[in-house]
Amino acid sequence: MNDVVICLFGAAGYDKSAQGLAGAGRRLADELGGRLRAIVVGAGAATLASEVAGVVDSATVVDQAELAEYHPEFCLSTLAQLCGDLSPRAVLLSNDAYSQELAPRLAHRLGGSAVGDGVEVRVHGDCLRVVRQVYGGKAQAVIELKRKPAVVWLRARSFAPAPRRETASEITQAALEIMTDSRTRVVERKREETGSARLEDARVIVSGGRGIGGPEPFTTELLPLADLIGAQLAASRAACDAGWVPPTWQVGQTGKKVAPDLYLAIAIAGASQHMAGISEAKNIVAINTDSDAPIFKHCAFGIVEDYRKVVPLLREKLAALQK
Amino acid sequence: MNLLVCLKQILDPEIPARDFRVDVAKREAERGAANLVTNIFCENALETALQFRERLGVGRITVLSFGAATAEDSLRKALAMKADEAALVLNDGHPHPDPLTVARVLAAAIRKLGDFDLIMVGREAGDWGAGQTGGLLAEELGLPCVSFVDRIENPDGKLRLKRQTDTGWEMLEAEPPIVVTITNDEHNVPRIPKVRDVMTSYRQPLVQWTLDDLGIDADEARAGNNYYEVVDLSVPQKETRCEFVTGDTLDDRTEAFARRIHAVTSAL
Repeated sequence: MNDVVICLFGAAGYDKSAQGLAGAGRRLADELGGRLRAIVVGAGAATLASEVAGVVDSATVVDQAELAEYHPEFCLSTLAQLCGDLSPRAVLLSNDAYSQELAPRLAHRLGGSAVGDGVEVRVHGDCLRVVRQVYGGKAQAVIELKRKPAVVWLRARSFAPAPRRETASEITQAALEIMTDSRTRVVERKREETGSARLEDARVIVSGGRGIGGPEPFTTELLPLADLIGAQLAASRAACDAGWVPPTWQVGQTGKKVAPDLYLAIAIAGASQHMAGISEAKNIVAINTDSDAPIFKHCAFGIVEDYRKVVPLLREKLAALQK
Repeated sequence: MNLLVCLKQILDPEIPARDFRVDVAKREAERGAANLVTNIFCENALETALQFRERLGVGRITVLSFGAATAEDSLRKALAMKADEAALVLNDGHPHPDPLTVARVLAAAIRKLGDFDLIMVGREAGDWGAGQTGGLLAEELGLPCVSFVDRIENPDGKLRLKRQTDTGWEMLEAEPPIVVTITNDEHNVPRIPKVRDVMTSYRQPLVQWTLDDLGIDADEARAGNNYYEVVDLSVPQKETRCEFVTGDTLDDRTEAFARRIHAVTSAL
């Protein structure tokens, strides 16, 4: 079987990530000469399925009560059951936290091989090969998956969407016997306050690092600057580990992978694990006291100065330019 | 409560990119002058375990590593941080075995070590960053798994796991035994062991096994590539030349910097 399955969560909607995933799936299915099938899980699945039906060859909706909200064991057994029935050549997921959590276990249940954070999927003879960054973004590896199916979670936002077809594919409603697993249950969910848009979708990002020195300057210095240029705020792992800002702000290898037009790094040295999160930024610019800071190796332009002196002045200058 | 923490020794990921080289033929990073360190997320896991035990007042912590002989240093450091027992499975096979091999070896070693309530691993490693050990280990052991946990509590005898999501956090209640993967947050920054404890750690017992001691297919484990194989490793050349803004005064330089930022943002 040469079919490709994409797994989507209804709650996220047909966002850039879902569009990229469908695009990647479409091209891989065409190359393999198979069909592209979507499995859409959870609350909002029916709506998302009707959107994605313009790109895939068939879509399955599973939105029964037990799956409305994400639960790792329920979701895993559902995907394993549905993917098992379709016996695909490849299963593709996005790189959101839930997909990352599920993918290796899904591969194990299907007798396949998983690999994650892929930026490219290649067909190589009978095998699939996936390109990904390793060593915190310092190197790039090509990984050949030995078992079938190949279960791959992708940096889905960086994949181009696929054109919509004239006729939408058939949508099936699945009703499964879900093995309830009482060993874990979610008792509380909390959304952190974020700005107006998701960090991953932001076109301009102002980000602070260890050199910021405390939580206050994020509010008093960086926030007004970000507001002025329509930017989202972000931070390095050091700033998050210090407890200055919430972990959801973290950009890097294990944080958010962002792709803004402008990434303004303030008092961030530029460790490779941080750079791995901004490799797709169009313009990286920095304010740092150390002209040898690794961040400058990736910058289009920069200023060597203490941010405490530059940022207030920069706000004045930018405000004047915007008039 | 019996806790087991898996530790991986890796090449120091903080080495600057300019000093980083790969051996293309062997498809691995060159050691160069870099130190070997314990993967940070594994240390976050150990720190989370230590703090959980401090809150409980009781509990044993066992640390386990699958790696080269040098991985003993990671285990000794963990003992110095006050883990109780340590075990090393010596890897004399593939230098970077695939994630399923690692999970199978760890699962076999865990079964040999005894019964554990919580099996803790780092969310991923700073070298290959596969992020699969926890999930595959849970499947090998037939246990549930919760990923990206940053805090473990035990109010009224129930295990509570706080974990990070893309938009915030979730609290899960769990029945042991369970596998968790640990991520970093402000509360689990690893402690620095006392020098005296580091010295005494070298006199503490350490269990050492070879792949032949675990009752698994040792040849398959040594091959380490039944699940996946790295077929190419390269260092992309993409350094750009940074243009530092110039000017006699801070005001001039900031003006130049502001103009360039404005040029980008006003075009959006």
